[in-house]
Amino acid sequence: MPPPETAFTGNDRPVVTILSRLLRRLVSTLLVLFGVSLLIFLIARVIPGDPARIALGPRASEEQVEAMRETLHLNEPIIVQYAFFLGDLLRADLGISLYSNRPVMTDIAEYLPATLELVFLAGFLMVSLGLPLGALSARYRDRWPDDLIRLLTLLSVSAPSFVWAVGMVLAFSFAIPLFPIAGRISETIDIQVVTGFLLVDTIVAGRPDAFVSALHHVILPAFALSLSGIGQAARLTRTNMIATYEQPHVEMARAYGFSERDISRRYAFKPSLIPSLTVIGLDFAALLGNAFLVEVIFAWPGISRYGVGVILQKDLNAIVGTVLIISATFLIANIVVDLLVSVINPRIRLSEHGK
Amino acid sequence: MRRTVAILTGNPLSLLGMGLVSFVILAAALADVIAPYPGHAGAVVDFANANRPPGADYWLGTDVVGRDVLSRILYAYRVALGLGLVVLSIAPPIGVAVGLMAGYIGGWTDYVLMRITEVFLSIPPLVLALAIMGVMEPTLLNAMLAVTAMWWPWYARLVYNITRGEKVEGYVLAAEIIGASKAHVMFREILPNCVPAIVTKMTLDVGFVIIIASSLSFLGLGVQAPTPDLGSMVSEGTRYLPDSWWLTVFPGLAILVAVFGFNLIGDVLRDVLEPD
Repeated sequence: MPPPETAFTGNDRPVVTILSRLLRRLVSTLLVLFGVSLLIFLIARVIPGDPARIALGPRASEEQVEAMRETLHLNEPIIVQYAFFLGDLLRADLGISLYSNRPVMTDIAEYLPATLELVFLAGFLMVSLGLPLGALSARYRDRWPDDLIRLLTLLSVSAPSFVWAVGMVLAFSFAIPLFPIAGRISETIDIQVVTGFLLVDTIVAGRPDAFVSALHHVILPAFALSLSGIGQAARLTRTNMIATYEQPHVEMARAYGFSERDISRRYAFKPSLIPSLTVIGLDFAALLGNAFLVEVIFAWPGISRYGVGVILQKDLNAIVGTVLIISATFLIANIVVDLLVSVINPRIRLSEHGK
Repeated sequence: MRRTVAILTGNPLSLLGMGLVSFVILAAALADVIAPYPGHAGAVVDFANANRPPGADYWLGTDVVGRDVLSRILYAYRVALGLGLVVLSIAPPIGVAVGLMAGYIGGWTDYVLMRITEVFLSIPPLVLALAIMGVMEPTLLNAMLAVTAMWWPWYARLVYNITRGEKVEGYVLAAEIIGASKAHVMFREILPNCVPAIVTKMTLDVGFVIIIASSLSFLGLGVQAPTPDLGSMVSEGTRYLPDSWWLTVFPGLAILVAVFGFNLIGDVLRDVLEPD
């Protein structure tokens, strides 16, 4: 772990290969994940009251509570407790959920795919709609398309996703019944769960009708979830592209007589992608969190109902497990974004601080 | 400063923003006077007038126990703004101190502080707040603590990035040469240069705090009944969709109006204060 001063001087080294870049990212991600586990562990331990008593309920006897304290290692010093916790974690053991009486890992494996399906589709919408909107806005800077896009995108980031979800349901499920109100797939369709991602499972099962039904169900929630993300991505792309437009290479392209369309696509959009994508990776975190809100409105059987349920029950193992898995998912997504960026620009160098 | 005010009042968008924000602040401040049914902010039931659609007596309708939606929205603004005020007077100072120290002192201080910041940033904000609320009692005070805990790292990172750029500037070097203390350089020399960015972020953040706080209470983990809150109002209303649409639509619009107002101001402010 070198202090950052030395990390910063790395910019004059030759091209860092994607592989070693991935390796270094993995190491620093593991370090952060370790920190997350410590933070979550500490939050779970500052809880007022005895976790063993909370787990067993008020009617358990003193002996039962004492026995539970022994099993949960609660009588050990806090550092030893953390060591036990970390040991279990390395064996992918997140303990038993008091809410469902099953291993937390099993619960999460059941609920997370539905959430991820929603989040991935929302992320796809965010990038595929947000980036072009931002590019359009920058190309027509300070003219009416720009003003309109800026106003709409500012509106889209001005409400929590559950408000957009309510709006969508009212507009496109009740007023104009285009989309289903709730659920993941039509109730009459029975699909063998393999990956938990219905869009994948239906294809594996060779059922185009089921695939269409699943897609029909996921579109509205995914759009509601992605709306503020689209706005954010568009605003960011606009800012970055406007900065690129002011660079000499764009002026030169104009002087050579390239069309505005070519300039926009090849010389302004592409270089602006890199800073935009990095921040969009961070926005992925917001999507994961906001999925909680959208799932409630659409009765989407994802991690949200489980997460809120375990929180209301003060089910510590499950709370810790859910937060850890969500954070790990987010960190992995960021590595993927990072790799994408390095594919777009192979010369990009690894800087722990440039993010 | 005068230039900033001139631009803010000359721009139609920021004028709209200021209009919306003044409307929200006035609504919150004068709730006792202008709310048609001030008593409805609490645990009142009036089943005779339950589920009334918007009309002359109840402009925005009534909820399932007969409380006036408009009155509850006005009082909910009070809660939302109060929460924003508290969070934004605690989180930025913490973040600014961390960012300044990490950026200016550097070395291991930088490494340790920024790794801690990164840990906080890598838990989705809403999930972190949920976890904190999960182990604590869901009260207004704890909601503020939870939101504050997830808010400071953003300021730490912002100030850190600016500080790293500023610390190599001539004026910092000059202060160091005449023997100024580290604290003096950080707080009297570098900090003033971070202020425009901090102010812009704080304006935009009022809106985001309202969003996060309403999201927490939407999930039943924030402000508790009978205190009126925009998020819990939407949450209760979703059970009566689509028939009693006013129970969700108006509180939802109320959030949009407030946040949009702050965002409009923040957006123009950013163009003025950070021209780059």
